[in-house]
Amino acid sequence: MKKKVDLFPYLLLVPALLLVITIVAWPLIETFRLSFTNTSMRPTWEYVGFENYVEIFEDDFNEIILRTFLWMTISVVLKIVLGTIGALLLSAALPGRGLFRVLVMPPWVVPIAIGVFMWSWMYNGQFGMISGIAQRIGLIDGPFEFLAYKTSSFLSTIVTDVWVGVPLVSLYLLAAMQSIPRELHEAAWTDGASRFYRLRRITLPLIAPSIFTMALLSAIWTFNSFDIIWILTEGGPRGATTTMIIDTYKTAISRFRFGEGSARAVMILLCLTAFSVVYMMLLMRTARKGESR
Amino acid sequence: MLYKYKWYEKLGMYAAMLVFLTFVLAPFLEAFLVSMRPLDAVFRAPHRFLTEDMSFRAYITMWESVPNLPRYIFNSFFISCAVTLLALTCIIPAAYSVSRFEYRFRDGILTGFLAINMVGAAVLIIPLYKLMLTIGLLNTYWAMIVPGAAFTVPTGIFLMRSYFLRIPKELEEAAYVDGAGRLYTLWRVILPVALPGIIVVSITVFISAYAQQFLFALTFNSIDDYNPLPMGLFQFFGRERVVYNELMAASLVGILPVLFVYIFLQKYIVAGLTAGAVKE
Repeated sequence: MKKKVDLFPYLLLVPALLLVITIVAWPLIETFRLSFTNTSMRPTWEYVGFENYVEIFEDDFNEIILRTFLWMTISVVLKIVLGTIGALLLSAALPGRGLFRVLVMPPWVVPIAIGVFMWSWMYNGQFGMISGIAQRIGLIDGPFEFLAYKTSSFLSTIVTDVWVGVPLVSLYLLAAMQSIPRELHEAAWTDGASRFYRLRRITLPLIAPSIFTMALLSAIWTFNSFDIIWILTEGGPRGATTTMIIDTYKTAISRFRFGEGSARAVMILLCLTAFSVVYMMLLMRTARKGESR
Repeated sequence: MLYKYKWYEKLGMYAAMLVFLTFVLAPFLEAFLVSMRPLDAVFRAPHRFLTEDMSFRAYITMWESVPNLPRYIFNSFFISCAVTLLALTCIIPAAYSVSRFEYRFRDGILTGFLAINMVGAAVLIIPLYKLMLTIGLLNTYWAMIVPGAAFTVPTGIFLMRSYFLRIPKELEEAAYVDGAGRLYTLWRVILPVALPGIIVVSITVFISAYAQQFLFALTFNSIDDYNPLPMGLFQFFGRERVVYNELMAASLVGILPVLFVYIFLQKYIVAGLTAGAVKE
């Protein structure tokens, strides 16, 4: 006799699936389809094969890919380094720790765009704080417009991205540190291990998997990051901060070349897929380890 | 004794905290100082931290220069609340389903949610724009609410699931023995117990919805009355003569509500972040 399929659990999934399929899954597939067309605002369109892909590589697309990866790598490394330091400070048993924890989080809580407005003033050469302080202590002679030059605007957008990301990384790594059994530290301390030695031999190795997970996740988030660069520079000056996302948005939304933009979006999706595969493998490995324990 | 620090260690750590906080809070300080200056002093070089002519004037005049400011703040709140409601109606049943029942495709669906979580909204903006255009949602609140909710659902399901998994199965079994229906059990027995989890999920969704309104508003909305705060203020940046002091005052006033939410509900937010939302 065939067992009757219980529909209840499936019914519970309906609202979530409906929303996610319409807004995420279907557009995902549609992006691939559009990338083989010459869709624009005009009512007619046709399939053009790989033309869009050929075209983007005739542009300076290689440069954009390189720039995106460079931007992401610097940003992620800084987030992880600063985040680890932040987590260590957050976990220190010092008076004032509670206040420190409250004050570290605002960049993550406030709307990203508003945080970036504030940064755009900080980077102002004439009237901004950074240029002002640098002049006062004699680092630079005159006003320095951070967002006007290629290298400095590239680095400035990274700094702001790090600012947005660091609170979350710190808190996540703090949680990982707090899950280390206290006995380990106590045993090492009884054996006379110094604080630095314990940090190097207990804390860091034990949170290494979390660091790796977080690095991968922030790589994915950084890759998807749009607001910061768009508000600060819109990809300029002279393309110095045009990452793949900015490039796609400009092509598709600002110039209404949906087909060509989709081909660029597909390139981003391929990169994201690569990251996701690594992430999934990592998750499954930890899950398996958890079972055997 | 394990956690007793020597004086130089303490000094070093406090110094590090100070540097860290300077980096984190400098933009807020700068925004506050700019908001306190009269406009001609804002555009005055060289940069000085404190001047004699500081006042709260911009906080009064901004309501005239940015006439739609109350509207923007309301919109931000309204959109985030709507996103949270819509997301919760999707998240709670789905999370309950994947945490309580064994069925075919369940792990596949979970993996699907996890994978979809990797894609940011900006990548999918082209089909989304066309979708909104086709079904006529451009320039409505819906264009900002529906996508906003969709992108928080996967994370929300994983977070909510971790709370449901902690509730013992016996609770439902007892309810079933008493003859309660399954929907009734979910509504009357499970949800009250899962309330702390629901609060954490709501706050996490609300804050991320509040933080990420910019892209959807920029792309899908051109009606000023519907603009959320970030987009409302962004329009002022391109102008010839930007009233920076008032803009910064408006920004600070606009983020006060979330800062209050954050300070009072900090415990829940931290729990949400660290409960293993992304990591199993």
